[in-house]
Amino acid sequence: MVDFVTGLRCRECQRPFPAEALHVCDYCFGPLEVAYDYERIAATVSRERIEAGPRSIWRYRDLLPVDDETPVDLGAGFTPLVRADRLAAALGLGELWIKDDTANPTGSFKDRVVSVALTKARQLGFKVAACASTGNLANSVAAHAARAGMESVVLIPHDLEGAKVTMTAVYGGTVIAVEGTYDDVNRLCAELTSERPSWAFVNVNVRTYYAEGSKTLAFEIAEQLGWQAPDHVVVPIGSGSQLTKVAKGFAELGKVGLLPEEPAIRVSGAQAEGCSPVATAFAEGTDAIRPVKPKTIAKSLAIGNPADGWYALEVMRRSGGSCAAVTDDEVVEAIGLLARTEGIFAETAGGVTIATLCKLAASGAIRPDERVVALVTGHGLKTVEALAGAAGCSPTATIAPTLDAFDAALDAAGAPETEEAAR
Amino acid sequence: MSVTIRIPTQLRTLTGGAGEVEVEGASVGEALKALDAAHSGLADRLFDEAGNLRRFVNVFVADEDVRFLDGLATPVSPGQTLSIVPAVAGG
Repeated sequence: MVDFVTGLRCRECQRPFPAEALHVCDYCFGPLEVAYDYERIAATVSRERIEAGPRSIWRYRDLLPVDDETPVDLGAGFTPLVRADRLAAALGLGELWIKDDTANPTGSFKDRVVSVALTKARQLGFKVAACASTGNLANSVAAHAARAGMESVVLIPHDLEGAKVTMTAVYGGTVIAVEGTYDDVNRLCAELTSERPSWAFVNVNVRTYYAEGSKTLAFEIAEQLGWQAPDHVVVPIGSGSQLTKVAKGFAELGKVGLLPEEPAIRVSGAQAEGCSPVATAFAEGTDAIRPVKPKTIAKSLAIGNPADGWYALEVMRRSGGSCAAVTDDEVVEAIGLLARTEGIFAETAGGVTIATLCKLAASGAIRPDERVVALVTGHGLKTVEALAGAAGCSPTATIAPTLDAFDAALDAAGAPETEEAAR
Repeated sequence: MSVTIRIPTQLRTLTGGAGEVEVEGASVGEALKALDAAHSGLADRLFDEAGNLRRFVNVFVADEDVRFLDGLATPVSPGQTLSIVPAVAGG
């Protein structure tokens, strides 16, 4: 087991820390970041070495913060990158790709970060995996813990979508529903971390390692584009961690020689209007992110006090990207649009991304001459409630089992004319 | 009666390992000042040069983020609990 980690470092005050289960600088409370020896990575890693690896995030192990011959793995990552010509045409865009992370083992990108977090947690000797979650993380932690033979304790807001609750509880761990918002759950978990130091809270005390898993989205996009960078990526913002790490991932590819140079990629963020503290700060041109009380169907992004919001703002501004917020109605419409044009069923967070893509394409912030990648980070089966009563989400007709009734229903629906219909 | 301040792991080296400290104070600012008086060095960790709460420091009174209330001027009553919590991400 050889990793290239030299330690941890505070993003704010740069104080160094050892590579242990630490997530916060004990001086200024700034988040800790994994520090790597990029020269040694550059001397080891190669496109060929990666391409010979497993079809999962672990093909990029040289660039991950933990190395293990048998990682805690359900096969996360290496999800399809789909050329989306029909959606592009609908939006007036040129080369558009969808990174389809609905194809992960538990149906969201969280499998990437959890596989990394629990592999590291197991190395550090933890026996219990825990988390605060808006649902997707809960699903993934419960599943990966089961796979690894670890206990799991998952805390969720009490009003989560039914599917996300079932998809967590089925793995047999402890699931605690908390009467409050995600931010309440998060605060409780932050306090629990002090009281239960023998538990690995994947997005608290092992978050430093966990967050690095999101870099694999950038690695895969570049590899799947034939080791090329896109011009523009659109990423949903909950805590802001994923957007920040996607940008870091692309930069690292340049740093270790997998791309000829550090690519200049515009990074744009997507939020729901009912929880848009980062988009609001972006629009106002300020660094001050005011926490909000979330009210949106996009529950997986409903983080009112986004810890990495500052860094997400910095990335979007520095890269020349943009940021927008969309209404719940636009989210539902965008879920339908993606499904109808590309055959991909996204959860509400994916709807936020596609609705934002629509908005930024219409405003000219995303241009037709750009190679664009939009991240669809979770599967629609997790949030079917959001589509209850939406147009096009129930049977076209309900009929008696007769040919006449069938023909009449097709006529009424204006269904496509076929040779058989002339019978 | 006094206010209870819950101390996160990262600051317990300054409180002699204590997870809870009792202080006097009528507002969040006063209580935190009293905490620093009792355990020197804490103010430096909690406040930036301008005297505002550091970016990644969250303070909760009765489970509500003081940024939703009156910030450091938020009143606290005897018997209430004030929690200092590092910001964390998730999803």
